[in-house]
Amino acid sequence: MNPQRFRLLLLQALVAVLLVGFWHVGSTVPFGGGYLLPKFFFSTPADVGLRVWKLFAEGTTQIVRCSDPIDPSRLLSTSDPCFGKTVWQHLLITLTEGMLAFIIGALAGVALGFWLARNRLLSAVFEPYIKMLNALPRVVLAPIFMLWLGLGIWSKVALGVTLVFFIVFFNVYQGVREVSGVILANARMLGMSERQLFAHVYWPSALSWMFSSLHTSVGFAIIGAVVGEYLGSAAGLGYLINQAEGTFDTTGVFAGMVILAVFVLVIDGLVTLVERRLLVWRPPAAVGQA
Amino acid sequence: MHDRPAGAAAVARRGDADLAAQEAVRFRRVMIAFSLPGGASYPAVAATDLAIGGHEFVAIVGPTGCGKSTLLNVAAGLLAPSSGEVYVLGARLSGINRAAGYLFQQDAVMPWKTARDNVAIGLEVAGIARAEAVAKAQAWLERMGLGAFAERYPHQLSGGQRKRVGLAQVLIRAPKILLMDEPFGPLDAQTRQIMGNLLLELWAFERKAVLFVTHDLEEAIALADRVIIMSAGPAARVIGDHTIDLARPRDASEVRLSPRFHELHKVIWSQLRTEVLKAYNASGATSADAAYSAGGA
Repeated sequence: MNPQRFRLLLLQALVAVLLVGFWHVGSTVPFGGGYLLPKFFFSTPADVGLRVWKLFAEGTTQIVRCSDPIDPSRLLSTSDPCFGKTVWQHLLITLTEGMLAFIIGALAGVALGFWLARNRLLSAVFEPYIKMLNALPRVVLAPIFMLWLGLGIWSKVALGVTLVFFIVFFNVYQGVREVSGVILANARMLGMSERQLFAHVYWPSALSWMFSSLHTSVGFAIIGAVVGEYLGSAAGLGYLINQAEGTFDTTGVFAGMVILAVFVLVIDGLVTLVERRLLVWRPPAAVGQA
Repeated sequence: MHDRPAGAAAVARRGDADLAAQEAVRFRRVMIAFSLPGGASYPAVAATDLAIGGHEFVAIVGPTGCGKSTLLNVAAGLLAPSSGEVYVLGARLSGINRAAGYLFQQDAVMPWKTARDNVAIGLEVAGIARAEAVAKAQAWLERMGLGAFAERYPHQLSGGQRKRVGLAQVLIRAPKILLMDEPFGPLDAQTRQIMGNLLLELWAFERKAVLFVTHDLEEAIALADRVIIMSAGPAARVIGDHTIDLARPRDASEVRLSPRFHELHKVIWSQLRTEVLKAYNASGATSADAAYSAGGA
Protein backbone atom coordinates (compact mmCIF):
# COMPACT_ATOMS: atom_id res chain seq x y z
CA MET A 1 0.00 0.00 0.00
CA ASN A 2 1.49 3.33 -1.00
CA PRO A 3 1.68 6.19 1.54
CA GLN A 4 -0.91 8.32 -0.27
CA ARG A 5 -3.52 5.58 -0.21
CA PHE A 6 -2.71 4.86 3.43
CA ARG A 7 -3.19 8.53 4.30
CA LEU A 8 -6.52 8.59 2.50
CA LEU A 9 -7.74 5.52 4.39
CA LEU A 10 -6.61 7.08 7.65
CA LEU A 11 -8.56 10.27 6.93
CA GLN A 12 -11.64 8.28 5.94
CA ALA A 13 -11.44 6.32 9.20
CA LEU A 14 -11.03 9.59 11.09
CA VAL A 15 -14.34 10.88 9.73
CA ALA A 16 -16.10 7.71 10.98
CA VAL A 17 -14.43 7.98 14.40
CA LEU A 18 -15.41 11.64 14.76
CA LEU A 19 -19.03 11.04 13.75
CA VAL A 20 -19.49 8.00 15.96
CA GLY A 21 -17.63 9.76 18.76
CA PHE A 22 -19.94 12.75 18.57
CA TRP A 23 -22.94 10.44 18.54
CA HIS A 24 -21.62 8.50 21.54
CA VAL A 25 -20.83 11.61 23.60
CA GLY A 26 -24.05 13.36 22.65
CA SER A 27 -26.21 10.39 23.64
CA THR A 28 -24.44 9.22 26.82
CA VAL A 29 -22.82 12.29 28.46
CA PRO A 30 -25.31 14.65 30.20
CA PHE A 31 -25.18 18.17 28.83
CA GLY A 32 -26.90 21.07 30.59
CA GLY A 33 -29.53 18.98 32.41
CA GLY A 34 -30.30 16.71 29.44
CA TYR A 35 -28.67 15.01 26.50
CA LEU A 36 -27.67 16.62 23.25
CA LEU A 37 -28.85 13.50 21.44
CA PRO A 38 -31.55 11.86 23.62
CA LYS A 39 -31.43 8.07 23.58
CA PHE A 40 -35.09 7.79 22.73
CA PHE A 41 -34.54 9.55 19.41
CA PHE A 42 -30.94 8.68 18.61
CA SER A 43 -30.10 5.49 20.55
CA THR A 44 -26.34 5.07 21.14
CA PRO A 45 -23.62 3.67 18.88
CA ALA A 46 -22.86 0.91 21.38
CA ASP A 47 -26.51 -0.18 21.56
CA VAL A 48 -26.83 -0.12 17.79
CA GLY A 49 -23.63 -2.15 17.39
CA LEU A 50 -24.84 -4.60 19.99
CA ARG A 51 -28.22 -4.92 18.26
CA VAL A 52 -26.59 -5.64 14.90
CA TRP A 53 -24.47 -8.29 16.57
CA LYS A 54 -27.52 -9.75 18.33
CA LEU A 55 -29.53 -9.89 15.09
CA PHE A 56 -26.82 -11.86 13.33
CA ALA A 57 -26.07 -14.03 16.39
CA GLU A 58 -29.71 -14.95 16.97
CA GLY A 59 -30.32 -15.51 13.28
CA THR A 60 -27.31 -17.78 13.00
CA THR A 61 -28.24 -19.67 16.17
CA GLN A 62 -31.77 -20.26 14.90
CA ILE A 63 -30.40 -21.81 11.74
CA VAL A 64 -27.67 -23.82 13.46
CA ARG A 65 -29.93 -25.18 16.24
CA CYS A 66 -32.52 -26.25 13.78
CA SER A 67 -32.17 -30.00 13.38
CA ASP A 68 -33.92 -30.11 10.02
CA PRO A 69 -31.79 -29.44 6.94
CA ILE A 70 -32.69 -26.14 5.26
CA ASP A 71 -35.14 -26.65 2.45
CA PRO A 72 -33.92 -24.49 -0.44
CA SER A 73 -37.43 -24.19 -1.84
CA ARG A 74 -38.48 -22.48 1.40
CA LEU A 75 -35.62 -20.00 1.64
CA LEU A 76 -37.94 -17.09 0.95
CA SER A 77 -40.78 -18.40 3.10
CA THR A 78 -41.19 -16.48 6.36
CA SER A 79 -42.85 -19.47 7.97
CA ASP A 80 -39.81 -21.71 7.49
CA PRO A 81 -38.99 -22.93 11.03
CA CYS A 82 -35.24 -22.69 10.53
CA PHE A 83 -34.54 -19.85 8.15
CA GLY A 84 -37.75 -17.81 8.52
CA LYS A 85 -37.50 -14.32 10.03
CA THR A 86 -33.74 -14.47 10.55
CA VAL A 87 -31.63 -11.49 9.50
CA TRP A 88 -30.10 -13.76 6.87
CA GLN A 89 -33.49 -14.28 5.33
CA HIS A 90 -34.21 -10.55 5.37
CA LEU A 91 -30.93 -9.94 3.53
CA LEU A 92 -31.61 -12.73 1.06
CA ILE A 93 -35.11 -11.47 0.32
CA THR A 94 -34.00 -7.87 -0.26
CA LEU A 95 -31.14 -9.13 -2.42
CA THR A 96 -33.48 -11.35 -4.45
CA GLU A 97 -35.97 -8.53 -4.98
CA GLY A 98 -33.21 -6.11 -5.96
CA MET A 99 -31.58 -8.51 -8.40
CA LEU A 100 -34.89 -9.50 -10.01
CA ALA A 101 -35.82 -5.82 -10.34
CA PHE A 102 -32.45 -5.07 -11.90
CA ILE A 103 -32.55 -7.98 -14.36
CA ILE A 104 -36.13 -7.42 -15.49
CA GLY A 105 -35.75 -3.62 -15.61
CA ALA A 106 -32.46 -3.81 -17.49
CA LEU A 107 -33.77 -6.32 -20.05
CA ALA A 108 -36.88 -4.24 -20.70
CA GLY A 109 -34.84 -1.03 -20.82
CA VAL A 110 -32.33 -2.47 -23.30
CA ALA A 111 -35.03 -3.92 -25.53
CA LEU A 112 -37.21 -0.82 -25.61
CA GLY A 113 -34.24 1.55 -25.74
CA PHE A 114 -32.94 -0.22 -28.83
CA TRP A 115 -36.32 -0.42 -30.46
CA LEU A 116 -37.21 3.23 -30.01
CA ALA A 117 -33.73 4.51 -30.87
CA ARG A 118 -33.84 2.71 -34.20
CA ASN A 119 -37.37 3.83 -34.99
CA ARG A 120 -37.80 7.60 -35.25
CA LEU A 121 -41.59 7.53 -35.58
CA LEU A 122 -42.18 5.26 -32.59
CA SER A 123 -39.84 7.26 -30.41
CA ALA A 124 -41.63 10.48 -31.37
CA VAL A 125 -45.01 8.91 -30.60
CA PHE A 126 -43.97 7.55 -27.20
CA GLU A 127 -41.81 10.48 -26.12
CA PRO A 128 -44.46 12.40 -24.09
CA TYR A 129 -45.66 9.22 -22.36
CA ILE A 130 -42.17 8.15 -21.39
CA LYS A 131 -41.42 11.62 -20.05
CA MET A 132 -44.66 11.57 -18.09
CA LEU A 133 -43.98 8.16 -16.53
CA ASN A 134 -40.42 9.14 -15.72
CA ALA A 135 -41.56 12.33 -13.99
CA LEU A 136 -43.98 10.37 -11.80
CA PRO A 137 -42.63 9.74 -8.27
CA ARG A 138 -42.45 5.96 -8.33
CA VAL A 139 -43.44 5.57 -4.66
CA VAL A 140 -47.05 6.35 -5.54
CA LEU A 141 -47.11 3.18 -7.61
CA ALA A 142 -46.29 0.99 -4.60
CA PRO A 143 -49.90 0.69 -3.30
CA ILE A 144 -51.14 -0.21 -6.79
CA PHE A 145 -48.47 -2.88 -7.15
CA MET A 146 -49.46 -4.30 -3.76
CA LEU A 147 -53.07 -4.49 -4.86
CA TRP A 148 -52.09 -6.20 -8.08
CA LEU A 149 -49.28 -8.45 -6.92
CA GLY A 150 -49.87 -8.94 -3.21
CA LEU A 151 -47.55 -8.50 -0.25
CA GLY A 152 -44.91 -10.97 -1.47
CA ILE A 153 -41.70 -10.17 -3.29
CA TRP A 154 -43.26 -9.39 -6.69
CA SER A 155 -44.81 -6.07 -5.70
CA LYS A 156 -41.31 -4.95 -4.57
CA VAL A 157 -39.74 -6.26 -7.74
CA ALA A 158 -42.27 -4.29 -9.78
CA LEU A 159 -41.44 -1.09 -7.91
CA GLY A 160 -37.71 -1.64 -8.49
CA VAL A 161 -38.34 -2.39 -12.18
CA THR A 162 -40.04 0.97 -12.69
CA LEU A 163 -36.95 2.66 -11.25
CA VAL A 164 -34.30 0.62 -13.08
CA PHE A 165 -36.13 0.56 -16.40
CA PHE A 166 -35.95 4.31 -17.02
CA ILE A 167 -32.28 4.62 -16.16
CA VAL A 168 -31.32 1.77 -18.47
CA PHE A 169 -33.79 2.83 -21.14
CA PHE A 170 -32.47 6.39 -21.39
CA ASN A 171 -28.86 5.23 -21.42
CA VAL A 172 -29.34 2.60 -24.11
CA TYR A 173 -31.43 5.02 -26.16
CA GLN A 174 -28.65 7.59 -25.91
CA GLY A 175 -25.98 4.99 -26.62
CA VAL A 176 -27.65 3.85 -29.84
CA ARG A 177 -28.47 7.38 -30.98
CA GLU A 178 -25.01 8.72 -30.30
CA VAL A 179 -22.93 6.13 -32.09
CA SER A 180 -20.32 8.14 -33.93
CA GLY A 181 -21.30 8.69 -37.55
CA VAL A 182 -17.74 8.03 -38.67
CA ILE A 183 -17.56 4.67 -36.90
CA LEU A 184 -20.89 3.74 -38.44
CA ALA A 185 -19.82 4.79 -41.95
CA ASN A 186 -16.56 2.92 -41.50
CA ALA A 187 -18.37 -0.21 -40.36
CA ARG A 188 -20.63 0.00 -43.43
CA MET A 189 -17.62 0.39 -45.68
CA LEU A 190 -16.09 -2.70 -44.04
CA GLY A 191 -19.03 -4.62 -45.42
CA MET A 192 -21.27 -4.94 -42.36
CA SER A 193 -24.92 -5.79 -42.85
CA GLU A 194 -27.59 -4.25 -40.61
CA ARG A 195 -27.41 -7.29 -38.34
CA GLN A 196 -23.64 -7.08 -38.11
CA LEU A 197 -23.86 -3.36 -37.37
CA PHE A 198 -26.14 -4.27 -34.49
CA ALA A 199 -23.71 -6.83 -33.09
CA HIS A 200 -20.46 -4.93 -33.59
CA VAL A 201 -21.42 -1.27 -33.33
CA TYR A 202 -24.83 -0.47 -31.81
CA TRP A 203 -24.76 -3.19 -29.15
CA PRO A 204 -21.29 -2.44 -27.70
CA SER A 205 -22.02 1.26 -27.75
CA ALA A 206 -25.35 0.86 -25.97
CA LEU A 207 -23.87 -1.58 -23.45
CA SER A 208 -21.11 0.82 -22.58
CA TRP A 209 -23.68 3.48 -21.80
CA MET A 210 -25.69 1.01 -19.78
CA PHE A 211 -22.69 -0.17 -17.79
CA SER A 212 -21.65 3.37 -17.05
CA SER A 213 -24.98 3.71 -15.24
CA LEU A 214 -24.64 0.35 -13.50
CA HIS A 215 -24.00 1.89 -10.07
CA THR A 216 -27.09 4.03 -10.30
CA SER A 217 -29.38 1.32 -11.62
CA VAL A 218 -28.27 -1.36 -9.13
CA GLY A 219 -28.64 1.21 -6.35
CA PHE A 220 -32.16 2.04 -7.48
CA ALA A 221 -33.10 -1.63 -7.66
CA ILE A 222 -32.23 -1.98 -3.96
CA ILE A 223 -34.06 1.27 -3.14
CA GLY A 224 -37.17 -0.04 -4.88
CA ALA A 225 -37.00 -3.27 -2.91
CA VAL A 226 -36.49 -1.59 0.49
CA VAL A 227 -39.15 1.08 -0.05
CA GLY A 228 -41.60 -1.58 -1.15
CA GLU A 229 -40.87 -3.68 1.91
CA TYR A 230 -41.17 -0.66 4.14
CA LEU A 231 -44.64 0.10 2.81
CA GLY A 232 -45.99 -3.39 3.34
CA SER A 233 -44.37 -6.78 3.62
CA ALA A 234 -43.58 -9.67 5.94
CA ALA A 235 -39.82 -9.86 5.36
CA GLY A 236 -36.76 -7.97 4.15
CA LEU A 237 -34.57 -5.15 5.46
CA GLY A 238 -37.33 -2.59 4.86
CA TYR A 239 -39.66 -4.73 6.95
CA LEU A 240 -37.05 -4.96 9.72
CA ILE A 241 -36.82 -1.18 9.88
CA ASN A 242 -40.57 -0.71 9.64
CA GLN A 243 -41.17 -3.17 12.52
CA ALA A 244 -38.66 -1.41 14.76
CA GLU A 245 -40.18 1.97 13.94
CA GLY A 246 -43.67 0.70 14.80
CA THR A 247 -42.58 0.02 18.39
CA PHE A 248 -40.50 3.22 18.75
CA ASP A 249 -37.42 1.01 18.83
CA THR A 250 -34.85 3.57 17.67
CA THR A 251 -32.00 1.14 18.20
CA GLY A 252 -33.69 -1.32 15.87
CA VAL A 253 -34.20 1.34 13.19
CA PHE A 254 -30.54 2.36 13.32
CA ALA A 255 -29.42 -1.27 13.35
CA GLY A 256 -31.47 -1.89 10.21
CA MET A 257 -29.95 1.19 8.59
CA VAL A 258 -26.42 0.03 9.39
CA ILE A 259 -27.05 -3.42 7.93
CA LEU A 260 -28.60 -1.85 4.84
CA ALA A 261 -25.68 0.56 4.37
CA VAL A 262 -23.06 -2.19 4.60
CA PHE A 263 -25.13 -4.40 2.29
CA VAL A 264 -25.28 -1.60 -0.35
CA LEU A 265 -21.54 -0.94 0.01
CA VAL A 266 -20.76 -4.60 -0.65
CA ILE A 267 -23.00 -4.68 -3.72
CA ASP A 268 -21.48 -1.43 -5.02
CA GLY A 269 -18.02 -2.96 -4.64
CA LEU A 270 -19.10 -5.97 -6.69
CA VAL A 271 -20.51 -3.66 -9.37
CA THR A 272 -17.18 -1.84 -9.56
CA LEU A 273 -15.43 -5.18 -10.17
CA VAL A 274 -17.89 -6.11 -12.92
CA GLU A 275 -17.56 -2.66 -14.50
CA ARG A 276 -13.76 -2.83 -14.57
CA ARG A 277 -13.98 -6.14 -16.33
CA LEU A 278 -16.56 -5.02 -18.91
CA LEU A 279 -15.33 -1.53 -19.74
CA VAL A 280 -11.66 -2.39 -20.11
CA TRP A 281 -11.58 -0.69 -23.51
CA ARG A 282 -12.57 2.68 -22.15
CA PRO A 283 -10.03 5.38 -21.38
CA PRO A 284 -9.80 5.52 -17.56
CA ALA A 285 -11.18 9.05 -17.32
CA ALA A 286 -14.37 8.11 -19.12
CA VAL A 287 -15.32 5.20 -16.84
CA GLY A 288 -18.09 6.07 -14.46
CA GLN A 289 -19.07 9.20 -16.32
CA ALA A 290 -22.32 9.92 -18.13
CA MET B 1 9.67 -1.92 -60.65
CA HIS B 2 12.36 0.73 -60.92
CA ASP B 3 11.88 1.05 -64.65
CA ARG B 4 8.16 1.32 -64.31
CA PRO B 5 7.05 4.59 -65.89
CA ALA B 6 4.65 6.68 -63.94
CA GLY B 7 1.15 7.39 -65.06
CA ALA B 8 -1.85 5.19 -65.44
CA ALA B 9 -1.73 4.95 -69.21
CA ALA B 10 1.73 3.41 -69.08
CA VAL B 11 0.71 0.98 -66.36
CA ALA B 12 -2.32 -0.04 -68.36
CA ARG B 13 -0.15 -0.95 -71.33
CA ARG B 14 1.92 -3.27 -69.19
CA GLY B 15 -0.87 -5.72 -68.53
CA ASP B 16 -3.16 -6.73 -65.70
CA ALA B 17 -5.73 -6.10 -68.34
CA ASP B 18 -8.84 -6.93 -66.31
CA LEU B 19 -8.45 -4.00 -63.97
CA ALA B 20 -6.24 -1.64 -65.94
CA ALA B 21 -8.45 -1.73 -69.01
CA GLN B 22 -11.31 -0.69 -66.78
CA GLU B 23 -11.81 2.57 -65.07
CA ALA B 24 -11.90 2.08 -61.32
CA VAL B 25 -14.29 4.96 -60.75
CA ARG B 26 -16.07 7.24 -63.19
CA PHE B 27 -18.20 10.20 -62.20
CA ARG B 28 -20.66 11.06 -64.96
CA ARG B 29 -22.31 14.47 -64.66
CA VAL B 30 -22.34 14.05 -60.89
CA MET B 31 -24.04 16.93 -59.11
CA ILE B 32 -24.47 17.16 -55.36
CA ALA B 33 -26.77 19.54 -53.53
CA PHE B 34 -27.77 19.66 -49.89
CA SER B 35 -31.15 20.82 -48.74
CA LEU B 36 -30.96 23.49 -46.10
CA PRO B 37 -33.44 24.08 -43.30
CA GLY B 38 -36.05 26.40 -44.76
CA GLY B 39 -36.40 24.56 -48.03
CA ALA B 40 -33.45 26.13 -49.84
CA SER B 41 -30.84 23.98 -51.49
CA TYR B 42 -27.09 24.46 -51.43
CA PRO B 43 -25.22 23.27 -54.51
CA ALA B 44 -22.04 21.67 -53.14
CA VAL B 45 -20.58 20.15 -56.29
CA ALA B 46 -21.49 21.22 -59.83
CA ALA B 47 -21.87 18.64 -62.60
CA THR B 48 -18.56 16.80 -62.56
CA ASP B 49 -17.00 14.33 -64.97
CA LEU B 50 -13.98 12.49 -63.70
CA ALA B 51 -12.39 9.10 -64.29
CA ILE B 52 -9.84 7.26 -62.18
CA GLY B 53 -7.88 4.49 -63.90
CA GLY B 54 -7.51 0.98 -62.55
CA HIS B 55 -4.03 1.48 -61.10
CA GLU B 56 -3.99 5.19 -60.78
CA PHE B 57 -3.16 7.21 -57.68
CA VAL B 58 -5.25 10.35 -57.98
CA ALA B 59 -5.19 13.18 -55.47
CA ILE B 60 -7.98 15.72 -55.25
CA VAL B 61 -6.89 19.10 -53.90
CA GLY B 62 -9.04 22.11 -53.23
CA PRO B 63 -9.75 24.81 -50.69
CA THR B 64 -11.56 23.95 -47.46
CA GLY B 65 -15.25 23.28 -47.96
CA CYS B 66 -14.97 22.78 -51.72
CA GLY B 67 -16.82 19.48 -51.63
CA LYS B 68 -13.90 17.17 -52.27
CA SER B 69 -14.82 14.95 -49.32
CA THR B 70 -18.41 15.01 -50.51
CA LEU B 71 -17.27 13.69 -53.86
CA LEU B 72 -15.37 10.94 -52.06
CA ASN B 73 -18.47 9.97 -50.07
CA VAL B 74 -20.35 9.68 -53.34
CA ALA B 75 -17.64 7.35 -54.69
CA ALA B 76 -17.96 5.31 -51.48
CA GLY B 77 -21.70 5.03 -51.91
CA LEU B 78 -22.29 6.65 -48.50
CA LEU B 79 -24.00 9.56 -50.24
CA ALA B 80 -26.16 9.44 -53.35
CA PRO B 81 -25.53 12.16 -55.93
CA SER B 82 -28.41 14.57 -56.55
CA SER B 83 -28.06 13.84 -60.23
CA GLY B 84 -25.63 11.99 -62.46
CA GLU B 85 -24.17 8.53 -62.07
CA VAL B 86 -21.14 6.86 -60.56
CA TYR B 87 -19.63 3.81 -62.23
CA VAL B 88 -17.37 1.47 -60.29
CA LEU B 89 -15.30 -1.00 -62.35
CA GLY B 90 -17.72 -0.48 -65.19
CA ALA B 91 -20.92 -1.11 -63.24
CA ARG B 92 -23.27 1.58 -62.04
CA LEU B 93 -23.00 2.13 -58.29
CA SER B 94 -26.03 1.90 -56.06
CA GLY B 95 -25.68 1.56 -52.31
CA ILE B 96 -22.34 0.98 -50.63
CA ASN B 97 -19.32 0.60 -52.90
CA ARG B 98 -18.25 -2.97 -52.12
CA ALA B 99 -15.06 -2.74 -54.16
CA ALA B 100 -13.72 0.17 -52.14
CA GLY B 101 -11.94 0.61 -48.86
CA TYR B 102 -12.33 3.96 -47.12
CA LEU B 103 -9.82 5.54 -44.76
CA PHE B 104 -11.49 8.37 -42.88
CA GLN B 105 -9.97 11.58 -41.63
CA GLN B 106 -11.23 11.05 -38.09
CA ASP B 107 -10.62 8.00 -35.96
CA ALA B 108 -13.01 5.39 -37.25
CA VAL B 109 -11.75 2.27 -35.50
CA MET B 110 -14.11 0.76 -32.95
CA PRO B 111 -12.97 1.81 -29.47
CA TRP B 112 -14.42 -1.36 -27.89
CA LYS B 113 -12.29 -3.72 -29.96
CA THR B 114 -8.57 -4.35 -29.64
CA ALA B 115 -6.30 -3.37 -32.54
CA ARG B 116 -6.28 -6.97 -33.75
CA ASP B 117 -10.05 -7.42 -33.54
CA ASN B 118 -10.51 -4.11 -35.35
CA VAL B 119 -8.38 -5.35 -38.23
CA ALA B 120 -9.94 -8.82 -38.25
CA ILE B 121 -13.53 -7.59 -38.33
CA GLY B 122 -13.52 -6.83 -42.07
CA LEU B 123 -12.81 -10.51 -42.76
CA GLU B 124 -15.10 -11.83 -40.03
CA VAL B 125 -18.16 -10.05 -41.37
CA ALA B 126 -17.35 -11.50 -44.79
CA GLY B 127 -17.79 -14.97 -43.30
CA ILE B 128 -14.15 -15.95 -42.80
CA ALA B 129 -13.53 -18.11 -39.72
CA ARG B 130 -12.45 -16.14 -36.70
CA ALA B 131 -9.15 -17.98 -36.19
CA GLU B 132 -8.09 -17.34 -39.77
CA ALA B 133 -9.22 -13.69 -39.68
CA VAL B 134 -7.31 -13.09 -36.45
CA ALA B 135 -4.14 -14.70 -37.82
CA LYS B 136 -4.30 -12.53 -40.93
CA ALA B 137 -4.99 -9.45 -38.83
CA GLN B 138 -1.91 -10.18 -36.75
CA ALA B 139 0.16 -10.48 -39.95
CA TRP B 140 -1.16 -7.13 -41.17
CA LEU B 141 -0.42 -5.45 -37.86
CA GLU B 142 3.13 -6.80 -38.03
CA ARG B 143 3.45 -5.39 -41.53
CA MET B 144 2.39 -2.03 -40.12
CA GLY B 145 4.96 -2.31 -37.35
CA LEU B 146 2.26 -2.81 -34.73
CA GLY B 147 2.77 -6.51 -33.97
CA ALA B 148 3.41 -5.82 -30.30
CA PHE B 149 0.31 -3.63 -29.96
CA ALA B 150 -2.28 -6.16 -31.15
CA GLU B 151 -3.94 -6.52 -27.75
CA ARG B 152 -4.19 -2.80 -27.13
CA TYR B 153 -7.41 -0.84 -27.30
CA PRO B 154 -7.49 2.27 -29.52
CA HIS B 155 -7.28 4.67 -26.57
CA GLN B 156 -3.98 3.05 -25.60
CA LEU B 157 -2.45 3.83 -29.01
CA SER B 158 -1.04 7.06 -30.42
CA GLY B 159 -2.75 8.94 -33.25
CA GLY B 160 -0.29 7.57 -35.82
CA GLN B 161 -0.72 4.02 -34.52
CA ARG B 162 -4.49 4.29 -34.70
CA LYS B 163 -4.15 5.50 -38.28
CA ARG B 164 -2.06 2.45 -39.12
CA VAL B 165 -4.65 0.19 -37.51
CA GLY B 166 -7.25 1.94 -39.67
CA LEU B 167 -5.16 1.39 -42.78
CA ALA B 168 -4.68 -2.31 -41.97
CA GLN B 169 -8.41 -2.59 -41.28
CA VAL B 170 -9.13 -1.30 -44.78
CA LEU B 171 -6.36 -3.10 -46.66
CA ILE B 172 -6.96 -6.57 -45.15
CA ARG B 173 -10.13 -6.79 -47.24
CA ALA B 174 -8.02 -6.29 -50.38
CA PRO B 175 -10.25 -3.59 -51.90
CA LYS B 176 -9.62 -2.80 -55.55
CA ILE B 177 -10.15 0.89 -54.87
CA LEU B 178 -8.82 2.88 -51.96
CA LEU B 179 -10.63 6.06 -50.94
CA MET B 180 -8.80 8.32 -48.52
CA ASP B 181 -10.22 11.48 -46.98
CA GLU B 182 -7.33 13.59 -45.66
CA PRO B 183 -6.26 10.45 -43.84
CA PHE B 184 -3.11 11.95 -42.35
CA GLY B 185 -4.69 15.32 -41.60
CA PRO B 186 -4.72 15.07 -37.80
CA LEU B 187 -1.13 13.78 -37.57
CA ASP B 188 2.01 15.81 -36.95
CA ALA B 189 4.31 16.66 -39.87
CA GLN B 190 6.86 13.88 -39.23
CA THR B 191 4.29 11.17 -38.76
CA ARG B 192 2.53 12.35 -41.93
CA GLN B 193 5.63 11.78 -44.03
CA ILE B 194 6.26 8.38 -42.48
CA MET B 195 2.63 7.42 -43.19
CA GLY B 196 2.99 8.76 -46.73
CA ASN B 197 5.96 6.51 -47.35
CA LEU B 198 4.19 3.54 -45.79
CA LEU B 199 1.25 4.16 -48.10
CA LEU B 200 3.49 4.38 -51.18
CA GLU B 201 5.25 1.19 -50.16
CA LEU B 202 1.99 -0.70 -49.73
CA TRP B 203 0.58 0.77 -52.93
CA ALA B 204 3.63 -0.32 -54.93
CA PHE B 205 2.76 -3.98 -54.19
CA GLU B 206 -0.66 -4.02 -55.77
CA ARG B 207 -1.16 -0.64 -57.40
CA LYS B 208 -4.76 -0.28 -56.42
CA ALA B 209 -6.71 2.65 -57.72
CA VAL B 210 -6.42 5.39 -55.10
CA LEU B 211 -8.56 8.48 -54.67
CA PHE B 212 -6.81 10.64 -52.12
CA VAL B 213 -8.43 13.83 -50.88
CA THR B 214 -6.18 16.40 -49.24
CA HIS B 215 -5.81 20.13 -48.82
CA ASP B 216 -2.02 19.78 -48.73
CA LEU B 217 -0.72 20.30 -52.28
CA GLU B 218 2.80 19.13 -51.44
CA GLU B 219 1.47 15.86 -50.07
CA ALA B 220 -0.67 15.43 -53.19
CA ILE B 221 2.26 15.93 -55.58
CA ALA B 222 4.57 13.73 -53.53
CA LEU B 223 2.17 10.78 -53.57
CA ALA B 224 -0.02 10.90 -56.67
CA ASP B 225 0.11 10.18 -60.39
CA ARG B 226 -2.46 12.85 -61.06
CA VAL B 227 -3.55 15.90 -59.13
CA ILE B 228 -7.08 17.20 -59.62
CA ILE B 229 -7.80 20.77 -58.56
CA MET B 230 -11.28 21.74 -57.46
CA SER B 231 -12.64 25.26 -57.35
CA ALA B 232 -13.96 26.92 -54.22
CA GLY B 233 -17.62 26.20 -53.41
CA PRO B 234 -20.51 26.66 -53.82
CA ALA B 235 -21.00 24.56 -56.92
CA ALA B 236 -17.40 23.41 -56.88
CA ARG B 237 -16.06 21.86 -60.06
CA VAL B 238 -12.85 20.37 -61.41
CA ILE B 239 -10.68 23.19 -62.77
CA GLY B 240 -7.35 21.46 -63.20
CA ASP B 241 -6.00 18.00 -63.98
CA HIS B 242 -2.22 17.67 -63.73
CA THR B 243 -0.13 14.59 -64.49
CA ILE B 244 2.69 14.15 -62.00
CA ASP B 245 5.61 12.64 -63.90
CA LEU B 246 7.95 12.16 -60.94
CA ALA B 247 9.73 8.80 -61.11
CA ARG B 248 8.62 5.92 -58.90
CA PRO B 249 9.41 4.50 -56.46
CA ARG B 250 9.36 7.76 -54.61
CA ASP B 251 10.29 8.77 -51.12
CA ALA B 252 7.50 11.01 -49.91
CA SER B 253 9.89 13.39 -48.15
CA GLU B 254 12.94 13.30 -50.43
CA VAL B 255 10.92 13.82 -53.61
CA ARG B 256 10.04 17.28 -52.31
CA LEU B 257 13.65 18.36 -52.83
CA SER B 258 13.77 17.55 -56.56
CA PRO B 259 13.64 20.40 -59.13
CA ARG B 260 10.77 18.79 -61.01
CA PHE B 261 8.71 18.78 -57.82
CA HIS B 262 9.20 22.52 -57.51
CA GLU B 263 8.22 23.13 -61.12
CA LEU B 264 5.03 21.14 -60.71
CA HIS B 265 4.26 22.76 -57.41
CA LYS B 266 4.69 26.23 -58.91
CA VAL B 267 2.36 25.53 -61.82
CA ILE B 268 -0.36 23.88 -59.76
CA TRP B 269 -0.16 26.28 -56.84
CA SER B 270 -0.65 29.30 -59.12
CA GLN B 271 -3.98 27.76 -60.08
CA LEU B 272 -4.93 26.63 -56.61
CA ARG B 273 -4.04 29.91 -54.92
CA THR B 274 -6.82 31.87 -56.59
CA GLU B 275 -9.35 29.33 -55.35
CA VAL B 276 -7.95 29.24 -51.84
CA LEU B 277 -8.21 33.03 -51.65
CA LYS B 278 -11.75 32.91 -53.00
CA ALA B 279 -12.73 30.36 -50.36
CA TYR B 280 -10.96 32.37 -47.67
CA ASN B 281 -12.79 35.57 -48.58
CA ALA B 282 -16.10 33.75 -48.73
CA SER B 283 -15.65 31.89 -45.46
CA GLY B 284 -18.27 32.88 -42.94
CA ALA B 285 -19.68 35.40 -45.39
CA THR B 286 -22.86 33.51 -46.19
CA SER B 287 -25.16 31.46 -44.06
CA ALA B 288 -25.14 28.75 -46.70
CA ASP B 289 -21.40 28.28 -46.25
CA ALA B 290 -21.79 27.99 -42.52
CA ALA B 291 -24.58 25.44 -42.88
CA TYR B 292 -22.50 23.51 -45.34
CA SER B 293 -19.45 23.22 -43.16
CA ALA B 294 -21.64 22.40 -40.19
CA GLY B 295 -23.03 19.55 -42.24
CA GLY B 296 -19.65 17.86 -42.01
CA ALA B 297 -18.27 18.54 -45.47
